[in-house]
Amino acid sequence: MDTKVQHDSAAPMIELRGISKSFGPVQANKNINLKVNKGSIHGIVGENGAGKSTLMSILYGFYKSDSGEIYINGKHINITDSHVAIEAGIGMVHQHFKLVENFTVLENVILGTENSFLINPALNNARVLLSDLASTYSLEVNPDALIEDLSVGHQQRVEILKALYRQADILILDEPTGVLTPAEADHLFNILRNLSKEGKTIILITHKLKEIMSVTDTVSVMRRGEMTATLETSKTNPQELAELMVGRSVLLRVEKDTTEVGDKSLEVHDLSVTDKRGVTALKNVSFHVRKGEILGIAGVAGNGQTELLEALGGISPATGTMKIDGEEIPLLGKGSDARSKREYGVSHVPEDRQKLGLILDFFAWENIAFGYHHKDEFNRNWLLMDNGKTREIAREEMAKFDIRPPTPNNLVKNFSGGNQQKIVLARELEQHPKVLIVGQPTRGVDIGAIEFIHQKIIDLRNKGVAILLVSVELDEIFSLSDRVAVLFDGKIIGERITEETNESELGLLMAGIEDGSGEQPVMESVA
Amino acid sequence: MKNLPKWVDLALIPLINLFLAFMISGLVVVYIGENPFRAMQIIINGSLGSAYGLGYTLYYATNFIFTGLAVAVAFHARMFNIGGEGQAMVGGLGTALVCLFIDWPHWTIAFPVAIMSAALFGAAWSAIPAYLQAKRGSHIVITTIMFNFIAYSMMVYLLVHVLKPKGQMAPESAKFVAGSNLPSAHDIFGWFGMAFPKSPPLNITFLLAVLACFLIWLFIWRTRMGYAIRAFGWSETAAVYAGISPFKIIMVSMLVSGGLAGMMSINSVMGEAERLLIDSVQGAGFVGIAAALMGRSHPLGVFLAAVLFGVLYQGGAELEFEMPAVSREMIVVIQALVILFTGALENLVRVPIGKIFMKLNTKQN
Repeated sequence: MDTKVQHDSAAPMIELRGISKSFGPVQANKNINLKVNKGSIHGIVGENGAGKSTLMSILYGFYKSDSGEIYINGKHINITDSHVAIEAGIGMVHQHFKLVENFTVLENVILGTENSFLINPALNNARVLLSDLASTYSLEVNPDALIEDLSVGHQQRVEILKALYRQADILILDEPTGVLTPAEADHLFNILRNLSKEGKTIILITHKLKEIMSVTDTVSVMRRGEMTATLETSKTNPQELAELMVGRSVLLRVEKDTTEVGDKSLEVHDLSVTDKRGVTALKNVSFHVRKGEILGIAGVAGNGQTELLEALGGISPATGTMKIDGEEIPLLGKGSDARSKREYGVSHVPEDRQKLGLILDFFAWENIAFGYHHKDEFNRNWLLMDNGKTREIAREEMAKFDIRPPTPNNLVKNFSGGNQQKIVLARELEQHPKVLIVGQPTRGVDIGAIEFIHQKIIDLRNKGVAILLVSVELDEIFSLSDRVAVLFDGKIIGERITEETNESELGLLMAGIEDGSGEQPVMESVA
Repeated sequence: MKNLPKWVDLALIPLINLFLAFMISGLVVVYIGENPFRAMQIIINGSLGSAYGLGYTLYYATNFIFTGLAVAVAFHARMFNIGGEGQAMVGGLGTALVCLFIDWPHWTIAFPVAIMSAALFGAAWSAIPAYLQAKRGSHIVITTIMFNFIAYSMMVYLLVHVLKPKGQMAPESAKFVAGSNLPSAHDIFGWFGMAFPKSPPLNITFLLAVLACFLIWLFIWRTRMGYAIRAFGWSETAAVYAGISPFKIIMVSMLVSGGLAGMMSINSVMGEAERLLIDSVQGAGFVGIAAALMGRSHPLGVFLAAVLFGVLYQGGAELEFEMPAVSREMIVVIQALVILFTGALENLVRVPIGKIFMKLNTKQN
């Protein structure tokens, strides 16, 4: 398990020896050994539930390992809680930031290290230090800005500054790019490179292989609680890493044939959404999707994708027109709710499966009827639901979608992210929709499941269903959609046929740089 | 900790809670110089040891079943209905109006009409807070508490100025018409040739309460509306995604809740007092909250918890009588301890028990 990565004889900055940890019957970490050199960027990849976060939580003192030892800079340290970890120079940037929203950057940075009755000395001290750090690592943030006014990328910088202010020499980042735009992610990687040049040691946890390839020096792969390999990044490739993660060969891109497209199935004209604060989130958006076609909606998160999905799914009101096979269906007021949309044959796989798509405290079989619970197949008579039959239907669909474990009598919160997403997909696809609206279908889903989900979406397209795919992952847009429209600032800023465009062209559109022609996108491009 | 065995979750933890509550109550009894085991014996004997005691225990339990179910139903939609007290009071008005002004030929006709009237009045009293919550976002806890006070003041006004017969001193209504008097346990046992003491107020409403438990179970776990209510309770955003209308769920769950609370008056007003008194509810609305908490919002759990509180009420009254050193206030302290341990301090026991079971599981594997 140990590798040839260790060239020099100096003690590694971090050394883990034989770390094991179990939660009840689940062994989250099995005899993990790891060495990370000072000043290097080390990536840890693995599917959801592979034990990455557990391992880092042990290093940061959230959990105590059942056995094993931790050495920092050659010194054995018994990390009993986070204070010990911070003392030892370990800083952690969590996936979900731990910042006080209505405090300023400065106040957040000093939180917990005030060291005196009055906070002013600490604030002044921090202000000086922060400007030093900012210039050294290009970590510029306005120290007097309120956190709630900062973009996500800047909030993350504050988290990093917090760790550096506490004199961290080791920085652990847990899925840091999940919430960032591509540009913000690039900037983060520059920061990380600067940090490592200055001798900081960085551990990057991610499931995105691209990031591993672009920024890390060494990489470890975890699978089912074990560390299956540690490699030099320059001597490996995404395909090899993916196979190590999943334990079998995987298709990083699903095969897709060209199909005959049919008539326009979903037509949207002049769709506008104004949110509760009076901000216009979508402005006069128009597009159509034909039968047997996937229209991808690309764009950086927060440019109106959520509002588009919610308007078409019947969750929030909108103005404009929406037609299914030529029949207009309301977007506002009576008959515009999600139930009516489903009755018109619109299925919706939402962006956020845990907040919208599923009731986590319901059984899997109860979730299979969710949203369709008025349909005859789930009911015994006018009053009572047919739980037995619903369980049967759930059992069939779970087998069909390879959902594990395949037991309908299991609470949905006990399934992994990928299997939860498959439950949503099984429910929506098995209703044989005319139109499928799908948002971020593979967010937080492991590689094996991504392949499966993509295949299911393409199968549905081949059956002649019109599919609107909203995704912030360009890879996903490229591998699935037939046409791409780019959302920027609530408007469709350009539209391309997938095969006739490339990432850099779409990247420009995503950044808001419009077509040279300056006219509205051509709608009939695939007629 | 999420996968505790069901019997631990539903039986062991409530029993440990109860044990702790009794232990501390026992210490209180020791402190005032009495024997806690004798006190315990008096409570049990007094409430369950005789048909007489049982008649009282189950009479109280009937009240708590209705108010407990009321809280439980609303809680499935995550509506915390604290207004059971007021809704039961107003339900009592509905019962009284039916039983005062119509000359019923037989109780079998008066019974269903009074049930509907009581439920309707109780539901109407919960409808206003429900509407305010659904349309305006006014917090249901605040509004239902306020409505308890409004209900109380309204009842005082009505009983003093409107319903009180002329020349009577006490602020209470006239006696109900004879045709509206419900059969007591004494009468019912009599039909089958069996004996039951005459004085306990237990009446046919107890059977109605048992039926209500079953119907509410059916409603929550077997109907589409119950499904929608539970879904809404777990996640409002997901419910909207599924096309479930929050307005409808809040209204329906609160109306059913208010209706159940109102039906409590069938037991206390129509079945026992046979007139409308100014304090016909006597805190049962609040005990219902404890019963729902302890019963985990499940009708069977509510039933068992309601019987337990019935035991405490009746046994407490006996204890007060048998042990003069134990005052009325002491009894309230004991009841409060049970509520505290079974409701508010539930996690006190749950967390360590969860840890113990995690350890046991690990060892087995």
